[in-house]
Amino acid sequence: MADAALFEFLHTEMVAELWAHHSDPGPGVSAGPRGESGGATTGQKMSLCVLEGMGFRVGQALGERLPQETLAFREELDVLKFLCKDLWVAVFQKQMDSLRTNHQGTYVLQDNSFPLLIRMASGLQYLEEAPKFLTFTCGLLRGTLSTLGIKSLVTASVASLPTCKFQVVIQKT
Amino acid sequence: MSRQANRGTESKKMSSELFTLTYGALVTQLCKDYENDEDVNKQLDKILFSHFLPRGYNIGVRLIEDFLARSNVGRCHDFRETADVIAKVAFKMYLGITPSITNWSPAGDEFSLILENNPLVDFVELPDNHSSLIYSNLLCGVLRGALEMVQMAVEAKFVQDTLKGDGVTEIRMRFIRRIEDNLPAGEE
Repeated sequence: MADAALFEFLHTEMVAELWAHHSDPGPGVSAGPRGESGGATTGQKMSLCVLEGMGFRVGQALGERLPQETLAFREELDVLKFLCKDLWVAVFQKQMDSLRTNHQGTYVLQDNSFPLLIRMASGLQYLEEAPKFLTFTCGLLRGTLSTLGIKSLVTASVASLPTCKFQVVIQKT
Repeated sequence: MSRQANRGTESKKMSSELFTLTYGALVTQLCKDYENDEDVNKQLDKILFSHFLPRGYNIGVRLIEDFLARSNVGRCHDFRETADVIAKVAFKMYLGITPSITNWSPAGDEFSLILENNPLVDFVELPDNHSSLIYSNLLCGVLRGALEMVQMAVEAKFVQDTLKGDGVTEIRMRFIRRIEDNLPAGEE
């Protein structure tokens, strides 16, 4: 059973990859010769899109491990409440602080002390970097929703650390 | 391998799996980046190695602070004490398992940690062309980074891995030297 701190530290390293200097900063895997040797990393950089994708896969996997009863939600709102309570507690050891909706498929989930931001700063410092620390979690939410049968778009915003908001927009097909 | 989630502890289970799932997603992503490039496949182990060891090191450097703050263990006087703390306190705290300590070298500067199960690979099956040893290499980096912060230069490496078909997972730890604090003259 892995301690929560391990995930936090690993997440920090994954986000750090976004800034990592790559000797071959091409857009993807290149077919050309690799001039570098011994420890140099080449190929696709970690990107926000990639980070979100990983969060999505993890969210899906977490969703798949839920017992069947949990999956029998009657309403969309119940699913969102589940995310705010059970999922958030499982992943971040706390509940989401508020949930708002326009009852037309848009939900705003607010966390006033988001654990992945809390060690960084308080207030406006690092505001520019903060979104990178939310990308994985956006994917996580989207992934869990996907397993629960809901297609969505999830974005996040930060006005002042460590408070952040996740916006979930349900996609009607 | 599927797991039945126990109703009462489902939340706890999700929490514990978060790290292993995330680590798995990270490795999968790295493998994906290179899977179309034949040449790179041979170098993949090296690439993953170069990715995980320094990242693991960074994690270790931070982890030790968290560990010291939460565990209340005092300073270790020798490598044997260190081994005990690593196996019985640290591994238990972070991964919920207690490896056994065996195979001490005559000089007392090397030992093995034997893990019945490798906690990182709970849900993992590797495709045939990827070395499994590298999968868990993050742990070696973590151990090295953490111990360096308490003035010990060590080498950690996997010598057996259940993912590779071995009976157990074995991490070999070797004490290299004590790292002296660089205090300015006159301060102590």
